[in-house]
Order: sequence, then C-alpha cells, then structure tokens
Amino acid sequence: MTDILMPALSPTMTEGKLSKWLKKEGDTITAGDVIAEIETDKATMEVEAVDEGTLTKILVAEGTEGVAVNTPIAQLNGAANGAANGKAAAAPPPAAKSDDAPKADAKSEAKAPAAAPVPPKPEAKSFPAEEAKFYETTASKTVREALRDAMAEEMRRDETVFLMGEEVAEYNGAYKVSQGLLDEFGAERVIDTPITEQGFAGLGVGAAFNGLKPIVEFMTWNFAMQAIDQIVNSAAKTQYMSGGQMGCSIVFRGPNGVASRVGAQHSQDYASWYAHVPGLYVLAPYTAADAKGLLKAAIRDPNPVVFLEHELMYGTAFDVPVDENFIVPIGKARIARPGKDVTITAYSRMVGLALAAAEQLAKDGIDAEVIDLRTIRPLDVETITNSVKKTNRLVSCEEGWPFAGIGSEMAAIAMENFFDDLDAPVARVYGVDVPLPYAANLEKLALPQVEHIVEAAKKVSYR
Amino acid sequence: MKNTPALSLYIPEPKYRPGDTPDFSDLNVSAAGVVRRPDVAVNSSEIHDLAFTLIRVLDDKGDAVGPWDPKLDVDTLKRGLRAMLLTRIFDDRMFRAQRQGKTSFYMKSLGEEAVAVAQALALDRDDMCFPTYRQQGLLIARDYPLVMMMNQIYSNEQDPLKGRQLPIMYSSKEHGFFSISGNLGTQFSQAVGWAMASAYKGDDRICAAWIGDGSTAEGDFHHALTFGSVYRAPVLLNVVNNQWAISSYQGIAGGDRSTFASRAIGYGIPGLRVDGNDFLAVYAATQWAADRARMNLGPTVLELFTYRAEGHSTSDDPTQYRPADEPGAWPLGDPVNRLTKHLIARGVWSDDEHKALVDELTEYVKAVGKEAEKNGTLGNSKLPSVKTMFEDVYKEVPPHLRKQRQELGV
Repeated sequence: MTDILMPALSPTMTEGKLSKWLKKEGDTITAGDVIAEIETDKATMEVEAVDEGTLTKILVAEGTEGVAVNTPIAQLNGAANGAANGKAAAAPPPAAKSDDAPKADAKSEAKAPAAAPVPPKPEAKSFPAEEAKFYETTASKTVREALRDAMAEEMRRDETVFLMGEEVAEYNGAYKVSQGLLDEFGAERVIDTPITEQGFAGLGVGAAFNGLKPIVEFMTWNFAMQAIDQIVNSAAKTQYMSGGQMGCSIVFRGPNGVASRVGAQHSQDYASWYAHVPGLYVLAPYTAADAKGLLKAAIRDPNPVVFLEHELMYGTAFDVPVDENFIVPIGKARIARPGKDVTITAYSRMVGLALAAAEQLAKDGIDAEVIDLRTIRPLDVETITNSVKKTNRLVSCEEGWPFAGIGSEMAAIAMENFFDDLDAPVARVYGVDVPLPYAANLEKLALPQVEHIVEAAKKVSYR
Repeated sequence: MKNTPALSLYIPEPKYRPGDTPDFSDLNVSAAGVVRRPDVAVNSSEIHDLAFTLIRVLDDKGDAVGPWDPKLDVDTLKRGLRAMLLTRIFDDRMFRAQRQGKTSFYMKSLGEEAVAVAQALALDRDDMCFPTYRQQGLLIARDYPLVMMMNQIYSNEQDPLKGRQLPIMYSSKEHGFFSISGNLGTQFSQAVGWAMASAYKGDDRICAAWIGDGSTAEGDFHHALTFGSVYRAPVLLNVVNNQWAISSYQGIAGGDRSTFASRAIGYGIPGLRVDGNDFLAVYAATQWAADRARMNLGPTVLELFTYRAEGHSTSDDPTQYRPADEPGAWPLGDPVNRLTKHLIARGVWSDDEHKALVDELTEYVKAVGKEAEKNGTLGNSKLPSVKTMFEDVYKEVPPHLRKQRQELGV
C-alpha cells in the first residue's frame, strides 16, 4: 500500500485546495494519469500519478481547503507490480511529476528560506496607540488578500487610482494579488501592459504628472531594474527639479527579496537600493494588516512610493482590522515583540525569523525586543533609539547583501544617536555577499536563518 | 578552401569631415507641394510612402504650394516669425552670456526654430509638451516670460526652479512645458502615459513629445511607440532629426538604413517625414497629427528633418568633426529666412519691417537681460535661497530633512 501525498506544485506552496478528484476509489491507475486537480497559491494544477496500481481509498475529499503539503490524500494498491511498488514506497515523497527533479528536491528543501515558523499573531497591544483601536474587530486575511483589499478600497474611494502592469488584469496578477479587480473596475482601470518595465513605469510617471494615481505592479522588483531610471531620475526628482510645480503621486509595488529556487537574478532585496534615494518613500511590511494599512497610505500619499512585498509571505494569514479607515502611517515602526535585553530590527519576511529567534532566545533567558521597521525610508529612528536606550544592544536583520545595506545604516544611526547607550557593537544579519545560488543547499547557506539571528543576539549579549 | 571573403566590420561614417567640401546635391528632397495629403482618418497602412518622402509647402520662390498648405492668416505667420526671431536673438545673447561667464552652460536651437515655434502654434495652448532641451521655442511661443528663463540661466535669486536644475532645463506647468530630463528619452514614454491619462479622464487635451535622432536608439523611444500604438494614445511623437547627436551623425542612430519616420510603420502608426525648416509644412503636419489625436485615432510619428546649425552646446566645437561650412551648404535653407521670403512674396512684409523687428527684439532681449542681471548672474553674490534646498524633495518636509536643515543652520 502506497500513500499518495499532497504535492507541492510550486516552490512556495505550503498548502492548497484539493478541488477535484478525477479518479474514484477502485479505478486502475497508470503512471502519468491525471488523478486530481489542486489549487495552489498561484493556479489550478493537475496532479499526475507517479506509480501504477489501484486507487483503494480517498483520504481527503474534494473541495477540502488548506491541505498541507505531504499530507496523505489517497492510498494506492500496487499489487500488480510488487517490486515497483515496494521501491516506490521507499522512495522520497512523490512530487508532482516523477521527472520533475528540481521540484521534488525543492519540496524537501524549500522550507529553508520559507522557514519562518507560523508567525506569532501580533497582539493589538504591541501596536502604536493610534492603530491599536482598529484591532478590536479583525478578520483573518492573507497578505495577498490584504493587498488586494487595500487597492480595491482605494480604487472605490478615488477614481483616479488605477492599476497597471504585466498580467494584472485577465490573469489577476502573476501572484494573484489583483484577484477580482478587473471584474470590479474594468479594463480602463486594471490595465494589462506590454512586457517592458521601463515602458510602463514611464507611462505611469506620465499619468501621475497628469493627476492620476497609478499603482504600477512589477511582477517582481527584480524586473524593475530596467525601470530604475524612471523611478529614480523621473518619479523621485521631478517635484524637486521643477521647483515644486510637478509632483508624482505613484506607487510602484511588487514582490521583493528571495523566493525559493529562483536563482541569482530573481532573488534580490532592493530595500537599500531605493532607500538611498531622496524623494522616494520605501515601505516593506511584514503582516497582512501592515501590508493593507501601508498600501492604502502609499496610494493616498502625494509622493512616489516604492512598496516592497514578499513572495513567501503572500499566502500567510494575519488578523487584519476590518475598518476601512485603518491606515498605517508611513515612517512609523512597530514593536512586534516587546523585550528588555536586546533590540532586533527587521523588515518584511525577516520579521518572522526575528520573532522565531526571539522565542528561542527566551528559552535561554534573553528577552528580545523585535522592531518591525515597516518603513525603510524615512526610517523611524526614534523608535529604534528608544528601544536601544532600554536594551543597550542592537541586531539588524535583512535578506540583502551587507555592503551599504540597511544594517550599515543601522550601525551608522547607532554611532550618531545612541553610541553611549550601547553595551556591545551593533551586529548585522544579512545574506552572504554572493549572487544567490540556485541549488537548495547553497541557497539555504546563502540566506540568513533564525539561528544566525539567535547567534548574533547572543553575541551582543556576551552569551 | 572557403570562397567567401573574411568578415569585415562596418562602422558608419558621415559623408564629410573637416576639410571636405560638403555637397548635398544627392540628398533626396521632394519638391514643395508634391506629397499627397491624406484624410486624417486614413489607415496607417495606406500611407507608408509618407515616411520616405518629405512634406514641403514653401517652394524656392517663397510661395506656399500643394495640399499641405495650411493657409494661415497673416497674423499667425507674423506671430510665428516673431517667435522664431525672438528665440534666435535670445539664444545668441545667452550664448554670449556663457562666454562672459554669466552662466555655465547653454544650448542654442539655431536652424531648428520652426520645429518648436510652428508646433507650439499648431497645438492648442493647453496641450501638454514633453520637450527635449532644444525646444525653447515652445516656451517663447507660449509667452513664458523671458526674464524667468534668464533668471534660471543666470542661477540667481529669482530662479523659478530655485537653483535645482541646469540652466536650460526649464519647467512650467502653467505653460504646459514638462520639466526637461537630462536622461535622454524618458519623456517619450511619459508623454504617452500623460496622453492616456487625458483619455481616461475624458479630457480634450492632447500631448506632444520630442526626441532627437540620436535618442531614438533609447528604449524609451520604442516603448512609447509600442504603448502609443497599443492603447491608441492621443499623442504626437516628434523626432527632431537635426543630423547630429553631439559629434555622432544620424547614421550612428540607424538613419542611413531607413528614415526615422519609417520606424512608425512596424508599430502600425502613421509616420510623416516633414521639412523641419519649412514653417508651413511643420505647422500643417502637426495640425494633421493633432486632429488625428483629438479624434481618438491615436498617435503619429513626425520626423522633422532639419539641421543643427550650431554646436551641440557651449561645450562643443563642431568644426572638430564636420566641415565648418556644412551648415551653409544644407540644402533646405534657414527657417527664418524661408518664412520671411514667403511673407514678402505675399506682399505683407518688407525688408524694412523685418529689420525694424530684428532691432526691436534685440533691444527687448537686451533690456530683459539687464533686468535679469539685476537679480544676479552665475557666481555673483545673489544666489538662490538656501532655505528652500530641503523643500519639494517630498510634498511636506519630513522630520529628517528638517533636522538636516537645522544642522546646516539655515
């Protein structure tokens, strides 16, 4: 008897919906047969049988949502071919396709970058007072849904807001962030563009100069390298260069940072690149609530905003205030976990790793305070300073490279603002200084992990 | 043994270098009046020939001939002549001001005045312009105060852009003149975006953008044509082919292989090639393209075939790379002289009136120059206010910039 397991059909998938069984109990199955349809975080995909035999039992009924990867979904009796069956039973858990080696490999290893354990639900009391009141009534939403809701609410509120990018309309976004927007707002406000980031970034900048509020989606920020001239030289500077006559109210958004197994060109963290530029605001939320509240703030802001999302966070659910007036102010960090012994700063997905590290540190008697920066530019120096004045220790975390990174800025801020309060040098946790390798073991080594944060916090605590 | 020759690298070269005698007699110039004028609603596939001819209205005698004659009234013609002359005289004075150390940098538009001025007059006053640095004639034709241009050029305390931009990179929202980008070509896709926004809003304003022959090699040129075609944006995409990108002749941008107007064909956009030194031809072609845009028929690419009669900028000496007498040998003449000849041929202008106008404008520019110099010139003590340096980076001054300002003690 062989268990058929819930396959990971994309590197970032952790669970999915078993939408349909195409075989029923008692059916004979040959390798390659499509046995079921599964909805992943990105699309609906077909599951093919790896082994031959008879489908003896269906363990997960069709229509079941939230089926975790590697859960047994059915049983196969491969009596017809005992040897092969025995071999199959001993083999690693089946992937979607037997010939899809990288994915099979990914499945067991993909958790490396995605290793942030189920994030602790942020408690309302850990929010700045003006935000806390909104947390009295919340609903569980994924980051993906929160971003969509933010755009939809703002588009309902203000008809000058529109969304533009590759695959945002008919396809609902490459990562399904714009789900349902085309249906609600139509093709004039949810616009599929030709494949040229420089082109549609320029288009958005021009539309902003004409008084519209474009949301420009980059399929990932990696592809926006081509558009960086429009973002930096036109969007960020024109208000200044025109003597204040022509501003550019625009949001550039999309996933930033590493995904899983997407290699050197698709795994970069652009926080420090854009944070270098006067005229831009740079936001990098972690929770779904912050994603929503900050995106709404970004859309309403008269300045150009770089909004950095994270592919590995899209499917993670958090409690999100239901009040549509919930807005997170730009430039305010959030204490994600209060503590007294060491300050750990992080943004985007790294906040989850920092919170996990804090739990481990607590077991060793170190009470870490985790600051979710939320806004990278302008950085909330006050919150960081107040925290370090209490803990006297600072660890900065980021996925990106170390040189001139966000951690370098943290160290500089420490020198300028609270040098005398430090009991240890500032420690930095970052990605290693190489283009991110593809292979699972190398990728894991290249990226900052929970244990690196634990080590750094212990080091600054002389433990 | 292979019987093919060894591969050889081809590097394009202009026909004439310093020391050569320029001769443009083999330049394929259509006679005035011979090119057909299709209805504005024509399908672009039916007018591919117009990308390879040259729309011309003024003949050698100064008469306006053929279907493209816009039949302008005398007042409009005189307004055009005045704006072109004023641009030229202003350019001359500012060029000399740079040589006197009153500014760091200047760029003249000598020989290309018809491009900006005729187009400014053919467009509506509220239409938006996304120019390059050589369309100062747009501002002058739209009556932007010369003194404000000079205040910026002189980098003095009255600089409308508060000391933040290069001398000739003007910006005036009120005059529909978008802030000039020093990074070439970016304005082209922005213009398409502006035009699409206008269409989305149900507005009646259209938009025009300019780019040089050299910058058509930029990605933004091609992005703009793609987007303009796909979304049928109400925009005029002007290529000012003045033959030279600093020292690189137009062949370096691919102009020897096909005309710049013909770039439009692959995108399904009408492409017109126009005598850029013929005020009437530029006006008529612009009007045709603007009418198309206003009727929701989409963009037009206009190649304005002209000649950069001066150096690229005050930092450039063109005699190093082209014959010194090449500008004089250019067979399409001078736009100011050609319009003047036309007005005289029509019997509504005379040499005396012309001389009086030149004198009047020269005195005017001189007087405005003195007024601007009262506010200071580059390097004298009257400087743009330091206080404003931290403003307009963001809509509101954020705390970290306020702190920096305080640290500087201003």
